[in-house]
Amino acid sequence: MFDIYDFYEKMEDGKIMLSFKGEITSELLTSILRILETKLEHIGDEPKLRKKVYNVLVECLQNLYHHNDGVNILTNEDHKSALFLIGRNDQSNYKIITGNYILKKNVEGFKEKIDKINELSKEELKEYYISTLSNEEYSGKGGGGLGMIDIARKSGHKIGYTFNDVDDQFSFFSLMITVTI
Amino acid sequence: MQEINIPITPKTPLVKLNADTGQLELKGRSIPENSIEFYSPVFQWIDDYSMQPKPATELHIQLEYFNTSSSKCVLDILKKLQTLHQNNRTVAKVLWYYEEDDEDMLEAGEDYQAIIRVPFEMIKIEE
Repeated sequence: MFDIYDFYEKMEDGKIMLSFKGEITSELLTSILRILETKLEHIGDEPKLRKKVYNVLVECLQNLYHHNDGVNILTNEDHKSALFLIGRNDQSNYKIITGNYILKKNVEGFKEKIDKINELSKEELKEYYISTLSNEEYSGKGGGGLGMIDIARKSGHKIGYTFNDVDDQFSFFSLMITVTI
Repeated sequence: MQEINIPITPKTPLVKLNADTGQLELKGRSIPENSIEFYSPVFQWIDDYSMQPKPATELHIQLEYFNTSSSKCVLDILKKLQTLHQNNRTVAKVLWYYEEDDEDMLEAGEDYQAIIRVPFEMIKIEE
């Protein structure tokens, strides 16, 4: 049987502040952001770090909301399901993890985009952001690639990612973002 | 011309647009999922204002947070202002407010400053 106490301890050891698996709706985003804002205030890290974390959270969650290609194939239900997790260790090191289904044909594009961002220096990221912001047409949904650049700038760390093969159509795409001061 | 006065919400900023004074203001957070939907009345208002602008127009931007989809909308507002300014229809100025410890928000203002040919004033808010 599923051991709830074991699960609780794993979350406790992993310093998990909040985790969620399911469909990401607008209302859910609002609730998660409200809960985490209160938690962040309560923890009392310096406002500069708190703002960085909040900013990255907004982009990550809205990425999930806008760019989930998946129908939830594991349960075969026709809805979007995603994973979101945030933890903080005693050194005020925040980790934000997201996971969602993407179509296999989009994997290469994502990889190239993130690899490119990860190679850039702080100054190059700023230039890349400005050129993307000023050249790009409105995508109608998220920032059309601007989000990932913004996450890299605000977090000040390389973006970690993995792709897990699910079947011949889908991969599971995980992002790991570190935010420190 | 009708004044626009959109109240602040947890995800969207206060918007005050006054054609009689030429004072435009965005204040609060701008993190809606659908930014274009939120900003379309603002775009429309500025287009209408552009028919008969005041000699001077000041845009006050005091944002605590904004997401990347809002950043494109803010750019679009600034571009409309730039067009008016460059055609000598109004003397435009952007007043960009940031909290003293918020380097990211200062940098965001500087990003726009690098794109838009309208005078910017960076205003530090002491805590």
